Amino acid sequence: MEKESNNILDEVTKGEYKYGFYTDIEMETAPKGLNEDIIRYISARKNEPEWLLEFRLKSYRHWLTMKEPKWAHINYPAIDFQDIIYYAAPKPKKELKSLDEVDPELINTFNKLGISLEEQKRLSGVAVDAVIDSVSVKTTFSDTLAKLGIIFCSFSEAVQKHPDLVKQYLGSVVPHTDNFFASLNSAVFSDGSFCYIPKGVRCPIELSTYFRINAANTGQFERTLIVADEGAYVSYMEGCTAPQRDENQLHAAIVEIVALKDAEVKYSTVQNWYPGDKDGKGGIYNFVTKRGICKGSHSKISWTQVETGSAITWKYPSVILMGDYSIGEFYSVAVTNHHQQADTGTKMVHLGRNTKSTIISKGISAGQSNNSYRGLVRVIKRAENCRNFSQCDSLLLGDKCGAHTFPYIRTENPTSIVEHEATTSKISDDQLFYCQQRGISTESAIGLIVNGYAKEVLQHLPMEFAVEAQKLLSVSLEGSVG
Amino acid sequence: MLSIKNLSVAIKGKEILKGINLEVNAGEVHAIMGPNGTGKSTLAYVIGGREGYEVTSGEIIYKGRNLLDLSTEERACEGIFLGFQYPVEIPGVSITNFLRTAINEQRKYQGLDPIPAAQFLAKMEEKKKMLELQDKLANRSVNEGFSGGEKKKNEIFQMAMLEPSLAILDETDSGLDIDALRIVATGVNNLRRPHNSTIVITHYQRLLDYIVPDVVHVLYDGRIVKSGGKEMALELEEKGYEWIKNSL
Ligand SMILES: Nc1ncnc2c1ncn2[C@@H]1O[C@H](COP(=O)(O)OP(=O)(O)OP(=O)(O)O)[C@@H](O)[C@H]1O
Ligand SMILES: [Mg+2]
Repeated sequence: MEKESNNILDEVTKGEYKYGFYTDIEMETAPKGLNEDIIRYISARKNEPEWLLEFRLKSYRHWLTMKEPKWAHINYPAIDFQDIIYYAAPKPKKELKSLDEVDPELINTFNKLGISLEEQKRLSGVAVDAVIDSVSVKTTFSDTLAKLGIIFCSFSEAVQKHPDLVKQYLGSVVPHTDNFFASLNSAVFSDGSFCYIPKGVRCPIELSTYFRINAANTGQFERTLIVADEGAYVSYMEGCTAPQRDENQLHAAIVEIVALKDAEVKYSTVQNWYPGDKDGKGGIYNFVTKRGICKGSHSKISWTQVETGSAITWKYPSVILMGDYSIGEFYSVAVTNHHQQADTGTKMVHLGRNTKSTIISKGISAGQSNNSYRGLVRVIKRAENCRNFSQCDSLLLGDKCGAHTFPYIRTENPTSIVEHEATTSKISDDQLFYCQQRGISTESAIGLIVNGYAKEVLQHLPMEFAVEAQKLLSVSLEGSVG
Repeated sequence: MLSIKNLSVAIKGKEILKGINLEVNAGEVHAIMGPNGTGKSTLAYVIGGREGYEVTSGEIIYKGRNLLDLSTEERACEGIFLGFQYPVEIPGVSITNFLRTAINEQRKYQGLDPIPAAQFLAKMEEKKKMLELQDKLANRSVNEGFSGGEKKKNEIFQMAMLEPSLAILDETDSGLDIDALRIVATGVNNLRRPHNSTIVITHYQRLLDYIVPDVVHVLYDGRIVKSGGKEMALELEEKGYEWIKNSL
């Protein structure tokens, strides 16, 4: 770790958004705009069963009755939902048996990202379900996993091969009526990942999905569903980078997690979509609904996120603590620079007795950005002996940025203990001078200090991710001081 | 090594240093003493390159170059080290990571490759032993939750790791217990080389029993008003600064 973090700091001198390239893969797209015909088109293209088309249509009809939410601490021009292409897929080619058969352009893209499938397979034993735009192109390691009865595949494939599981759990954590963007996703979701860990099975490898938004003017609507059956364990990683481009791209994903009795799910995200340029032009709009339910007793769901990208982030990975003695955790680092805006946090809903939740949120704001923590801790009447600890820290770089904290606490049970701590700090001139006096450049010093500040969160990431995350923190704050 | 000529420095328009002259040759140890608030730390910061200090006249020549043209990092990479009077805390950054970063940035400046991990760790072990540092201290975050004495020891540890040409130790002895003082002084003495120089800023003659200076200066109201041999420190301790005041 030590070694790696130093290599990382050496690299910090490169200023441009590194992942700003664009892959030229032929796309097959739907016409712009949204209506019931488009939804039928998507569903037909994906050869979906009738019940799923019905799910989409009822979501769409509900969405039509809703208004875009305005309560978040973010500003952006109105989105024209009729100016979006809701379906794009790489042209279907014949079934691929090895990496050699994958589009060389795609392999090239992975190489630029330093995450070639080959490397991933060979070196780190990570099974990769790579999503380029809307359709999963390649799934690896399925065989190894299949032996354990683990299902890890694209959402579309799951619909075909495991329709009962999908039908049972789809929308069971995030209902199709949940919120504006969730309803939209439920109507038009393109693809994503599906994961099922059977009873008593510990998934031996980190499951990983690399997302990539890749087509001009195409909204991306991922749908991920993870189910851990009784006593199962899985650690799941989601990471992404996006090509640099001018027009804003809407992203409205849904992630649903179900943990049954004694199950544990660890979900880690490194989010590095194109944040827009220094003047706030372009960048991804990231409106995501992520929620897990600890359905059985003694189950556990843990969210860890490092958010450095996107022009706008609107995201509250939450846990519904239904089973007695269940545990919910949220560890977050959110960085905003230049004109980025982030409104992120979590909800911990204590329904079961003796449930426990921990929230550690570290916001880092630089430039003219705005960074808000928004969290809800709720304990219902029957939920005795619940425990929550929340720590929300903000770090400011410069004096043109903003940090805001909106913690909401609602407890209806007097036996619960809810603690909230918050701090706001700045990187002081004294700290910078101290580093510089030892020969450390300003940029490296900021990288060092920021990574130190975020350590409590970063240490919850799987090793494979921690390094990339440290790099991202440094890189995304380049040019923010001095 | 270091040649300061007629240096005047103002902070927010207020003149703090009023024409300092100081010559430090390679291999020498100089002590600077003087009452509180006379500008000792200010002098150290100006040499280190801290922002907010306006040089209104004079010059600082270091190894034949105009020091004031160099950035703070460049000065550090050229071998200037400041032992801080009040070291700051950097939460979450381990001393190990901090020092490795510092050493590698300095090596980069010198056109060298990063230090091999094994060599770095061996060096850490050696210097920890020399300063009788507890093992776990190096794994802790820089200065976070350190006692006053531990912070000062950590400054000397960093100095030992970075091997500077010119070390300026600003009241490194304050807050040290007797044993720590001896260890720190031994550390400083062990690092003395014919081509290194040290400036120790102190209030106590006691330190100079351990680190024997070639020259002692008294800084008073922004000027060096008296310089002499190590016996002058004793005299000062006996007679107090009134003695200096009256002789002006
Ligand atoms: N940032 C600042 N703003 C205003 N005045 C300052 C600032 N820094 C130092 N000074 C003033 O400059 C003078 C010299 O301060 P300096 O810290 O150099 O003293 P010193 O000789 O190191 O004292 P001590 O023995 O107490 O450490 C003091 O009067 C101090 O108040
Ligand atoms: Mg001082």
